[in-house]
Amino acid sequence: MSLLQEVNEKALARNIPLSVQLDLTYRCNERCVHCYLDHDDHGEMTTAEIKHLLDELADAGVFVLSLSGGEIFLRKDFFEILEYARLQKQFCVKLKTNAIVVREREAARLREIGVESIQISIYSHRAEVHDGITVVPGSLRRSLDAARFLKSQGLRVIFANVLMVQNVQDYQGMRALAEELGVECTLDPTITPMMDGNRSVLSLGIGHETLRQVFRDQALVGEVDEFCAIPALGENSLSALPCSAGHTSCYVSPYGDVFPCVQFPLLTGNVRKQKFLDIWRHSEKMNEVRSIRVKDLTTCTSCTHVGSCTRCPGLAYMEGNMRGPSSQDCEKSFARTGVPSANMLAKKRVAPSLVQIRALPTSPIESGGGALA
Amino acid sequence: MARNPRAAARSLDGEMMIMSGRDSTLFTLNKTATTLWQSADGATPLDEIVEKKICAEFEVEPTEALADAETLVRELAGHEILQISETPITPDKPVGEKR
Repeated sequence: MSLLQEVNEKALARNIPLSVQLDLTYRCNERCVHCYLDHDDHGEMTTAEIKHLLDELADAGVFVLSLSGGEIFLRKDFFEILEYARLQKQFCVKLKTNAIVVREREAARLREIGVESIQISIYSHRAEVHDGITVVPGSLRRSLDAARFLKSQGLRVIFANVLMVQNVQDYQGMRALAEELGVECTLDPTITPMMDGNRSVLSLGIGHETLRQVFRDQALVGEVDEFCAIPALGENSLSALPCSAGHTSCYVSPYGDVFPCVQFPLLTGNVRKQKFLDIWRHSEKMNEVRSIRVKDLTTCTSCTHVGSCTRCPGLAYMEGNMRGPSSQDCEKSFARTGVPSANMLAKKRVAPSLVQIRALPTSPIESGGGALA
Repeated sequence: MARNPRAAARSLDGEMMIMSGRDSTLFTLNKTATTLWQSADGATPLDEIVEKKICAEFEVEPTEALADAETLVRELAGHEILQISETPITPDKPVGEKR
């Protein structure tokens, strides 16, 4: 067991929220076509409120603090918050940003304060594709300049790429660019529904056949046969936790709302009205999420993929049942292995076909000769 | 000896987990090392910390405890988790900075 796993196990056993994502703002200077956020400011927490929250998070045992948004650098007090988090409260801080406002001065300041990593959203190595997704002309050039400034300060930079129909053909070029710049690169084919429940952005997903091809790219997945195989059901698979949301991690919005995860919009409390630790420990909803084991899931327990599925309980919740399947993850398991999930088979059984074909009657004259009902 | 402000640190069930600001390596300190870390205020010398905190709390022989502590401190300083200096370290006068 690695040291990180040991620490996680310990935190889990003691109900300690080891990591928290705090979105400082939903305002943004890009308008990404797949974004799930409402960018209007509905009353963000003040600097004092955020510092107070950081005090509470540190007291609760939070070690990893991911600052995200929206665009974090749009907050005028961003560096004040970051300095407080790092130098007063000793959090391990990770940043998520598009970095288009980061120049030499900001990069030097980040180096001075010290952050674990800076994750930058980059969707393609080609400006016409990246800028088409962000809807901001020149955004790729500015984000890449920022990555160079940050790298020159010796900071760890990670490119985060969401795969969509618009950019899926570019991921290899993106990875080559990342390698050239000496930065890490992650790929994620998951599109998150809008916070208001609108699922229209899901149409940007890359679809089964393309995903199948991506999962067979040796450069990405390593040993393809091994990656695409269905692992045997482990001894403890059914008693396992669905994911860390609500167990060792959670999410706080710019308005102080606390959720199990940024992708799990089940409101469990608000830090403007309650103490963070009270929400973490005593919220009924948080405890309900916490009580769920894989064996409690509907449909999934009988699925071939139950031991290896990346099922997201938040996406399942957005589909209507936090104990149910997450269709996007069913699609991933299917694209990876070629074996449909229990959820997909169940849907197929109940879904009426649009075109039903029946055998031709023996006497065409009697039936009118139609083959389609 | 002082805690390096660039390191990330949190107590987990009485033991410190610390991430090096230099290379993000994660460490966990046992209870003795945690006491040492928490006592590293930039002003108290190591031998005093060992005598007053470590020996008093953990019932160890002073000479042996000091030798172990010196080894640990050098190791942690190598990972930029602790700062060591012959003179007191204060936030406005970090290690290596001439005034």
